[in-house]
Amino acid sequence: MKYLHLIWAALFRSKTRTLLTLLSVVTAFLLFGLLDSVRAAFNAGSNVAGYDRLVVASRLSITQMLPIRLEPQIERVPGVNKAVRAAWFGGIYRDQRNFFPNMSVGPDFFEIYPEYRIDPAQLQAFKSTRNGAVVGKALADKYGWKLGDTIPLQATIFPTGGSNDWQFKLVGIFTVADDKRQGEESALYFRWDYFNEANDFVKDRAGWWMVQLSDPDRADAVAQAIDKLSENSDHETKTQTEQAFNQAFVKQFADVGLIVSAIMGAVFFTLLLLTGNTMAQAVRERIPELAVLKTIGFSNRSVLLLVLAEAVLLLLLGGLLGLALAAVVMPMVGAASGGMIQLPSVPGATWALGVALALAIGLLVGALPALRAMRLSIVDALAER
Amino acid sequence: MKRIKKWLVNLGVVLALLAGLTAWTMLPWYGVLGLVALLVLWLLLTRSGRLALAAARIGVASLPQRWGASSVIVIGIAGVVGVLVAMLAMGEGFQKTLQLTGSDDTAIVLRGGSQAETNSVISREQVPLISSLAGIAKGADGQPLVSPELSQVVNMVTRSDGTDANAQLRGVGDAGWSIRPKVKVVEGRRFETGKRELVVGQGAQAQYVGLDVGSTVELANQDWTVVGKFASGDSHDSELWADAQTLATTYQRTAYQSVTVKLDGKDGFKAFKAAMAADPRLKLDVLTTADYYSKQSEGLTKLIKILGTVIGTIMAIGAVFGALNTMYAAVAGRAREIGTLRALGFRGLPVVVAVMLETMLLALLGGLLGGFVAWLVFNNYSVSTLSGNFSQVVFQFRVSPELLWSGLKWALGIGLVGGLFPSLRAARLPVTEALRAA
Repeated sequence: MKYLHLIWAALFRSKTRTLLTLLSVVTAFLLFGLLDSVRAAFNAGSNVAGYDRLVVASRLSITQMLPIRLEPQIERVPGVNKAVRAAWFGGIYRDQRNFFPNMSVGPDFFEIYPEYRIDPAQLQAFKSTRNGAVVGKALADKYGWKLGDTIPLQATIFPTGGSNDWQFKLVGIFTVADDKRQGEESALYFRWDYFNEANDFVKDRAGWWMVQLSDPDRADAVAQAIDKLSENSDHETKTQTEQAFNQAFVKQFADVGLIVSAIMGAVFFTLLLLTGNTMAQAVRERIPELAVLKTIGFSNRSVLLLVLAEAVLLLLLGGLLGLALAAVVMPMVGAASGGMIQLPSVPGATWALGVALALAIGLLVGALPALRAMRLSIVDALAER
Repeated sequence: MKRIKKWLVNLGVVLALLAGLTAWTMLPWYGVLGLVALLVLWLLLTRSGRLALAAARIGVASLPQRWGASSVIVIGIAGVVGVLVAMLAMGEGFQKTLQLTGSDDTAIVLRGGSQAETNSVISREQVPLISSLAGIAKGADGQPLVSPELSQVVNMVTRSDGTDANAQLRGVGDAGWSIRPKVKVVEGRRFETGKRELVVGQGAQAQYVGLDVGSTVELANQDWTVVGKFASGDSHDSELWADAQTLATTYQRTAYQSVTVKLDGKDGFKAFKAAMAADPRLKLDVLTTADYYSKQSEGLTKLIKILGTVIGTIMAIGAVFGALNTMYAAVAGRAREIGTLRALGFRGLPVVVAVMLETMLLALLGGLLGGFVAWLVFNNYSVSTLSGNFSQVVFQFRVSPELLWSGLKWALGIGLVGGLFPSLRAARLPVTEALRAA
């Protein structure tokens, strides 16, 4: 620690060069922070949430609806606490571009989603209003909806009375406490019984069930027992944990992990070259100074460590700045997109990985110049041979 | 006073640079060609041009001695261009695949308000009404070319990692094949009406397990035989085709989802649309398939383009710093050389141009390298994504000449920014100090 001042002085010996290198490192880690957070958001789905919930959907495809008579059978399976039906609605608010998920759900939906916070009085209103709807706070803020407003949705799948116009009355607004799951606030839920009565096409069918388990450890056994109920019928089911269900869906869009690693590979390879070059230059310029250090008694090892520390410090400084910048930029992007893209802040794992990468790259690029500095012969160096 | 003046000049340079970059990105290829021609003429015909060329030659000749530092520019820019071209090629490939699927001489009929086939419903009674409308081409047998279709999303196991993915199973009418002449059976035969037989697209066959011709697939608890394989070069390649009637009975469907018709000549679409609007029994949307499929690709293509440009820009900024660093070092390392040139009577402009030329040459190399690697690795690289119909579409990256061209323009833009400031420093070096430099 007592050498920090020395290392710092050496680092900023050539201000322009160090500053420019530092800025390259910052951009590289900014990109890393952004991309890795997006990857984490895609892959995690909801990591913690839903550990005690299963999703029962049709084995044939997610668009195939299931008969509602399965519900009591599912609830009788040992280990199942409660099953709540849901059906995708796919309505459009004003314009196709204003996409947000909207679906009908059974009455106990908020009971098995305790992380969705809603005022008890509003929940009561939801239960007593036939065409009542509940939306997340982010969505309500986006369109300026207030309790009591009528929300018109254009049906894309299910007409009502020959027309595509559905009207819902906003009776509740829920919030999600967890920052990472803010995206889930952009959804609208309404009552399944209203959907069932009012739509012209399907009667007594649900898209899927969300099943709450009494014991999360027995998820596999319960899932198998549920799938057994409908085996060999025309409505076979597939039961997965909520997490697996979300992941399978997201994964079909694109292999985000692969794209991110490919880009980051290109970026870090370039960075390695760039900082390596800077360090080599820095040591080459300072050979007489290093020789002086050795002359006044610095051991070979401490010279090696000094140069290594310099490289690591440069990378760490740039890496931390870049990651911090990413943490600032992410919420701004989310805000600018108007809630369309919900980006979590930079997660802890990304910070850790970023710092580890900065350390590794620093050691790697510092190694050759540091070895060179260590092997310096004092006489040759002072004579500038 | 001198400080303020220098600061103001630098500010002017930055503003000019921004304006120049904006103009540069919008410059069409013949504009670039004209610019290059002008530059070459200036270099060869004027005195200061020839001086600049001579100075640049010295710089380029010493490049091999500095290959480590110079490669930072080349590799840095190659990285930017490679990533940018690859991302944009992905967007372009997706767009192209869906655009190719549609054509202007066929139209698709969907229920009013539904955006995609998955959401649409067309009842059986409506099909004869649609068939009798004006504007539909007639087949060889005098029947209107109309194909009422069903689309069913089915779970298939992927070859790559054994997970389930959504595949599109399309039930087509008899006219389905003649309406889409691009769809050609390349192995086996077409399915027979009334039998549980499938013809699979080449993309689907490559993506999913168990779709070889002759094998049996279980769908909805029924065994289906794969009797053929077709190729179409568009998004139908990712589909499985079966007889619409058979599909309807298997999945207990009482209605169709879309009707695709062949239009009669140029005015067919207008006539067909007008006839549809005139019939109060048909509250349906009509689109040419070209429109329909380009709408399907719009959102995702735009997203990929924006993402690609944002990532490219961030990387470009990083590369600019790298280039600046290298060129400042190059100028500092050759201070004595440059001082000598100045003492010999080389003025500012030739020195600026010489350093710029050197940077641009390195940037050009980087751009070419990056574009080449992107083309080598990603051209026709096959991936799949979820499309508007909740089902997988396989598409290929397309590294088109236009993309490579814009990649090169990015490379030269980065070179411009990275070279300008170091070249200005070179031109401003005080001659006496520079000559004394070690």
